[in-house]
Amino acid sequence: MDFDEFTPSRRGVIVGGAVTVAVTTVPAVEAQVPRKQTMAHIEKVAFEVNGKRRELALDTRTTLLDALREHLDLTGTKKGCDHGQCGACTVIVDGRRINSCLTLAVMHEGDSITTIEGLGTPEKLHPMQAAFIRHDGYQCGYCTPGQICSAVSVLDEIRRGIPSHVSASLTDQPQITNFEMRERMSGNICRCGAYSNIAEAMADVAGEKA
Amino acid sequence: MKAFSYERARTPAAAAAAAERTPGAKFIAGGTNLLDLMKLQIETPQHLIDVNGLGIDKIEPTPEGGLRIGALVRNTDLAADMRIRRDYGLLSRALLAGASGQLRNKATTAGNLLQRTRCPYFYDTNQACNKRKPGSGCAAIGGFSRSLGVIGVSDACIATQPSDMAVAMRALDATVETVRPDGTARAIPIADFHRLPGATPHIETALGKGELITAVTLPKPVGGTHVYHKVRDRASYAFALVSVGVIVQKDGSGRVAVGGIAPKPWRVEASEADLPRGAKAVAAGLLAGAKPTHDNQFKLTLVERTLGAVLAEARG
Ligand SMILES: Cc1cc2nc3c(=O)[nH]c(=O)nc-3n(C[C@H](O)[C@H](O)[C@H](O)COP(=O)(O)OP(=O)(O)OC[C@H]3O[C@@H](n4cnc5c(N)ncnc54)[C@H](O)[C@@H]3O)c2cc1C
Ligand code: SF4
Repeated sequence: MDFDEFTPSRRGVIVGGAVTVAVTTVPAVEAQVPRKQTMAHIEKVAFEVNGKRRELALDTRTTLLDALREHLDLTGTKKGCDHGQCGACTVIVDGRRINSCLTLAVMHEGDSITTIEGLGTPEKLHPMQAAFIRHDGYQCGYCTPGQICSAVSVLDEIRRGIPSHVSASLTDQPQITNFEMRERMSGNICRCGAYSNIAEAMADVAGEKA
Repeated sequence: MKAFSYERARTPAAAAAAAERTPGAKFIAGGTNLLDLMKLQIETPQHLIDVNGLGIDKIEPTPEGGLRIGALVRNTDLAADMRIRRDYGLLSRALLAGASGQLRNKATTAGNLLQRTRCPYFYDTNQACNKRKPGSGCAAIGGFSRSLGVIGVSDACIATQPSDMAVAMRALDATVETVRPDGTARAIPIADFHRLPGATPHIETALGKGELITAVTLPKPVGGTHVYHKVRDRASYAFALVSVGVIVQKDGSGRVAVGGIAPKPWRVEASEADLPRGAKAVAAGLLAGAKPTHDNQFKLTLVERTLGAVLAEARG
């Protein structure tokens, strides 16, 4: 679907990248900009989020992170750097953790996405959420949803035998050690420096001593 | 980000044909490098061709006894494949030294080879950069060049190719397989895949317009002890200042490839004859003709010492 097929009231909104500015400065019906350069492309996509099927028509530029936060009101997943460097946006897609800021929503047709809201609820916490609380695995809490999605995946990756940079042997089953967990969690930055407590929480869930 | 149209390609040949036909088209695989650059408007494709559904995501044995790695095989899956871990350990080690767990879950074999430089001036759109804007100059030359290249560089560009995986692929004599827009296939030895910058640093590889990578093949395993060391500013999740990958045989012969110092994974086969004489001799051959800056001349010493450490480890 392209610009012309979209409702006229959206025309003034979808100009270049300055979507929110345009809302207040451009008359709603006709945008004062040359068409070809500013055309937004809308695509439909359907995927499952936390077990629920969701269908969206999105500007192709929408990242999975923005789709979750801005279109599906799932604001548990956080936007930190928006460049794959901090890990705050980590979600689990088809069983694997990824940075939701460096992937387009339209690339996830048919996928199954789990966010922090899907791991557990305040009434029924995921064991990793409960362990983070028990071990004080955060201070400000901003990176925590990404940390928890990563932590759950890290234990799964070790169980599945995926080696890491610090694994002494490439061919042996990796062990759940503090050293392994720290390396594997390096894609999640915590400004408050709750790292050691995060590792304790993970060790608790894994049933080992860190 | 600039607006772009989007399509899901159905076959490799159709993807290549669409990429040639459509103005401003680019392939997108994991998206971990391309989207980063699109957000900064360093890359501004008008059309994205999603290659994730092409089914080229398997690792298969070749008739020659090697492995054919589909272009869409994720970095995690490649590093964790038991055949790679057992017979091509250098490749697993290099992959696991790169990026983060989340990124490796998305990043693909082809995308990793094609990731662009981390030169800070390339990333800063206010600065002159011949790679980003041909003819605009190079702010890195005379700027802060600590992380940049020392060999294979030119007066137009001193950037490095930042891939860890490519260093291992170079030591393993990999071959890049492609399909062109006319449907024909070709094989490019990894040694010829990345180009030196010369006067045209914006042309980075041997790929033609619309040409799609379909696989990377590895020859039959060569045995030996595989070691990869990456020297960086923090212990994890940082690009290499210098990285050294070696495969050393019992008789003392071997292969050496170096990352973080050049516009391509750096290997000088002739210098490998000096392996029995030690790191200093090999490094002298590897780095002959180097043109470091004041800021990055430490890399010459670092290569020699890292190679020394790697050889000591390989020889037990
Ligand atoms: C924070 C961060 C840290 C990182 N650290 C490291 C590190 O330490 N070491 C390291 O090596 N890398 C590192 N990376 C880079 C990472 O490895 C690359 O982003 C990744 O490998 C790119 O793969 P992709 O599939 O996501 O590529 P994409 O972003 O999808 O594509 C990259 C390029 O390849 C092209 N392309 C993709 N597939 C094909 C194909 N089949 N044929 C032809 N062209 C194709 C695209 O058009 C694009 O130009 C890091 C990245 C980030 C964001
Ligand atoms: S070194 Fe290359 S990439 Fe860096 S600013 Fe100069 S031309 Fe650009």
